[in-house]
Amino acid sequence: MNAMIAPDSLPAAHAPLRSYALEAWYEWRRLLRTPSYVIPTLLFPALFYVLFGVLLNKGKGDAAHYLLATYGVFGAMGAGLFGFGVTVAMEREQGLLTYKRALPMPPGAYLAAKMVTAVLFASAIFALLAVLAATLGGVSLPAAQWALLALVCALGVLPFCAIGLFIGTLVGGQGAPAVVNMLFLPMAFLSGLWLPLKLLPSWIAGMAPVWPAYHHAQIALKVIGLDGGGLLAVHIGVLVGITVLFAALARRRLAG
Amino acid sequence: MTSQPLPTPATAPLARLHGVRKAYRTLTALDGVGFSIRRGEVLSVLGANGAGKSTSIAVLLGLVAADAGEAEVLGLAPGEIAARRRIGVMLQSAGIPENAKVAELLDLTRSYYPNPRSVADCVAMAGLDGLMDRRYGRLSGGQQRRVQFALAICGNPELLFLDEPTTGLDIDARQRMWATIRELVAAGTGVLLTTHYLEEAEALADRVVVLDRGRVVADGGMDEVRARVSQRRIRCLSALDVARVGTWPGVRAASRDGARIEVVADAAEDVVRRLLAEDPALTELDIRRAGLADAFLELTRDTDREAA
Repeated sequence: MNAMIAPDSLPAAHAPLRSYALEAWYEWRRLLRTPSYVIPTLLFPALFYVLFGVLLNKGKGDAAHYLLATYGVFGAMGAGLFGFGVTVAMEREQGLLTYKRALPMPPGAYLAAKMVTAVLFASAIFALLAVLAATLGGVSLPAAQWALLALVCALGVLPFCAIGLFIGTLVGGQGAPAVVNMLFLPMAFLSGLWLPLKLLPSWIAGMAPVWPAYHHAQIALKVIGLDGGGLLAVHIGVLVGITVLFAALARRRLAG
Repeated sequence: MTSQPLPTPATAPLARLHGVRKAYRTLTALDGVGFSIRRGEVLSVLGANGAGKSTSIAVLLGLVAADAGEAEVLGLAPGEIAARRRIGVMLQSAGIPENAKVAELLDLTRSYYPNPRSVADCVAMAGLDGLMDRRYGRLSGGQQRRVQFALAICGNPELLFLDEPTTGLDIDARQRMWATIRELVAAGTGVLLTTHYLEEAEALADRVVVLDRGRVVADGGMDEVRARVSQRRIRCLSALDVARVGTWPGVRAASRDGARIEVVADAAEDVVRRLLAEDPALTELDIRRAGLADAFLELTRDTDREAA
């Protein structure tokens, strides 16, 4: 056998799967080194939960339950919108996307890594909320409901990843945090994540189905029986549709 | 040793542009550019800002689609992943994330390639000793450049794109990078080098392509391109009147700087003979052929005149 083998005679020995795993692992580690992302996205839902779900609602168990679900959704929103919107905008502007296109990175590894990271981060936020809810909030749920709620919060990041990605392709790195915040905070309020919709003016409640966060929250609330009674299939359908729509729009922007 | 056929014949160019045109709205970036890069050779692409260097590279990397013409990298269309697995890239601004550690960047980039260089080799060749645990954003400009160089060579590429590789490096680090590039080229790697430092092109390049306003104005061996400008610079200490020397046949220009005069001539011999004859007191005679910098200025000045 020849010891000198032309590099391209070995394509079968090359495992791009390792690249996908490393891409995600290093994205995750980079994220944890970014306090401007970690602190607001992880701590805001937890702080709000302690404040509004525990301290200001002594003796009202429903609020602790309701806000566990909706702050889990709020956390997922933040993980998806900031994790994609801000980082894609910055990295696109700085030329990382161009550089990656010149490298033999396996297709989609960049976005897949960000998606996995956002799902993990949303799960971490929910885990923190769950600990606070079970200890301080007096929330007690069957194991299956805990698990299902965790799953809904984790997977619910995907539509927000797609929206964030689209924002990231539209605006620059400097403007992205502002644009994301302008969407993030009002949408959270108008979707009933901070206060149940029945406590809000009826026109706000009536408009809520426009927002993806409303549909995500309704699914999470359905797990613990506090939802508004909408059809599960409709909520899921809207979220899937939004994910596909914004991913396609972003793809067009990136290709153009 | 049994011989194994190489993926592309050793004589075929590693990459090639032919008649490539690219326009951005109103600006014509490339107006029929053609050149090729061969194995074991450094091709230096020179040109002022906006001459078309970056666009040429972008076409070869598959980042920009040509409007017309042919582009080929390792026998494949630019940008195909099979082609990308055999090239290494060092761009001017890579946008490498500042919160990534050097070891992570190297590990990840190596994973993209089927037959990467060992980490130890990358560290030694790019001079990354002691940097592996550091965050990229906390490195000096020169150190970042070395990391980018390591990422470019970590995949054992057959073809290396180096866009302004030594910007921000101190003299010592630049010399070391040059030595590494020469080693790679001796082992058969083809290199496309763009640089603002003409002495860098002179030190490394076997061939030179000069671009001006999206066109190739010179393409040939380093000596050939230099010979396109046949002028000589003659310097000496002399009391001769430069205004009169300037009128001699074969003299293009003559100037005085203190006791020293400088004469630019098409051919040195006749002018030197006359200088020595007219001024027996002449000392410190020094004759140089035009450097690449002179050739470059001359070539692009010609097109200025044509355009005017």
